[in-house]
Amino acid sequence: MITVSGLTKKYGAFTAVDHVDFMCRPGRVTGFLGPNGAGKTTTMRVMVGLTPPTSGTVTIGGHRFADLPNPGRLVGVLLDASAQHAGRTGREVLAISAATMGLPSTRVDEMLEVVGLNATEAKRRVRNYSLGMRQRLGIANALLGEPSVLILDEPANGLDPAGIRWMRDLLSSYAARGGTVLLSSHLLHEVEQVADDMLLIDQGRIVAGGDKATLLASTHTGALVTSTDNAALAAALAEAGLTAAPSGAGLSVNAEPLQVGTIAARHQIVLSDLRPDGGGLESLFMSLTSEGQRDVLQGDPVPAGASSEGAHR
Amino acid sequence: MSATPTADQLTLDIASVRPVSFVSLVRVELRKMADTRAGLWLLISIGLITALVMVIQFWVGLANDMHLTFQDFMIGMNTPMGILLPVLGILGVTQEWGQRTALVTFTLVPSRVRVLAAKFVGLLVWAIAALIVGLALASLSNILFAAMSGDSAVWGVGIGDLARYLLLHVLGLATGFAFGVLFLNSAVAIVIYFVYSFVLPGIFAIGAQLMDWFAKLQPWIDFNDAQSVLIGESGTGKQWAHLVVSGLLWLVLPLVVGVWRAVRAEVK
Repeated sequence: MITVSGLTKKYGAFTAVDHVDFMCRPGRVTGFLGPNGAGKTTTMRVMVGLTPPTSGTVTIGGHRFADLPNPGRLVGVLLDASAQHAGRTGREVLAISAATMGLPSTRVDEMLEVVGLNATEAKRRVRNYSLGMRQRLGIANALLGEPSVLILDEPANGLDPAGIRWMRDLLSSYAARGGTVLLSSHLLHEVEQVADDMLLIDQGRIVAGGDKATLLASTHTGALVTSTDNAALAAALAEAGLTAAPSGAGLSVNAEPLQVGTIAARHQIVLSDLRPDGGGLESLFMSLTSEGQRDVLQGDPVPAGASSEGAHR
Repeated sequence: MSATPTADQLTLDIASVRPVSFVSLVRVELRKMADTRAGLWLLISIGLITALVMVIQFWVGLANDMHLTFQDFMIGMNTPMGILLPVLGILGVTQEWGQRTALVTFTLVPSRVRVLAAKFVGLLVWAIAALIVGLALASLSNILFAAMSGDSAVWGVGIGDLARYLLLHVLGLATGFAFGVLFLNSAVAIVIYFVYSFVLPGIFAIGAQLMDWFAKLQPWIDFNDAQSVLIGESGTGKQWAHLVVSGLLWLVLPLVVGVWRAVRAEVK
């Protein structure tokens, strides 16, 4: 639904976004992840026409954003929850957007309820809102026109844990109904739990991207295994030409969990724990966003089938 | 979620939504000028200050046993309107950038020229409303003054005079708007507007006295001075030409440059 091709944005000598290509598909939540200043916000601003790109294009559902006849009805946008007139009430902020889009004012009340701002809060001026309330208001504003695409920049900023959970459920069910969601964050855990697809950006370049399971698999460098007889297992593994080193209560092996499990089964060794090692998005995130290790991790990912995402949790 | 696509739909059906109409944009802009305390009080203060000036003029007239006419009251109103309407024009544009609401506005309406045009029409509506209130106050003052001074009320204002009065203040509003679009910052635009409006005429007058060639040029570049053709006696064709030429310099040029920039600039 969102297609970014060859997008570059330069500010003088500084390249904020560097030949970025990606696609966000309907029915999926795409997490846009990267450290602060990596180019997430610039990319999103170009998408909605606030920043002119140096080169490259963005289309949403096949159209340039500027060509959409009533963008709010098609694409919900939240770029900065604090970019609201401090002197307007929360309700008035939504009422103005509704009037622009040609929506009835009843829609405003519906959305206030969806995001959990009560009547008293809605009558307060935005100046008196906490960041979490501003985010809720911003999300209401993005959802107001019943769009089929959502572009949200750091929507979880300032939300409390309950609020983050609420937003996660909201976005998951939105995508489940066929909507396209792109949300950015610099916090891995926010994105990890809700995203179906992930994009990792660093210094203006997409350093990794794909569906979450494949990405997770690509991070695994081996297996962690614990058995009722670690010594026997170590011997069996050595026999198969693998290296097993003691690690905590078990062994760290330079092989896929599947391979380790197969060897253990052949030798009838009982396993109490078997999972991918060295993995997790966190290590991927950390390694990709630090110089030098990029090439190693961009190297050939191991097959998706070899990982078990659930074992991580 | 009525507009939700199925998984295989990769294009947005833009035919299903009605475009944002210019009329609703104007309505939204009118609303945005009055839905905050700052905006509302600016509008109210235009009425209040005009009323105050009328009252002062009224008592001074009575105390000095003057014979004030409707036209005198109309001219008295020029001072508050001449200051406040340009300020309205400036703030009407700059508040969008100052409060960063431009981020939301331009994602709902990507055509920035349309938004600016709607803002101008909205400001025009407020300005005309203010001028009508002003005329009503001037009429009231004139009737009361006649009653209290014992003279009969003198009206003597034709359609032409009213049209020039309207044009004077619409030009003031438009010049403020142009400065607002050019600087996109309330404080900078207001300060520079007041320098243009209060300091520059003095400099122009001194320059004209000292240099002959400048004295010939000055009427063509002094927009403030040229607007005197809109007050009191109707002027000559040459005076109207001064108004048009100096207006190109101080109104049209900043407006065009400002809109050109606002359309291209990154919205922060």
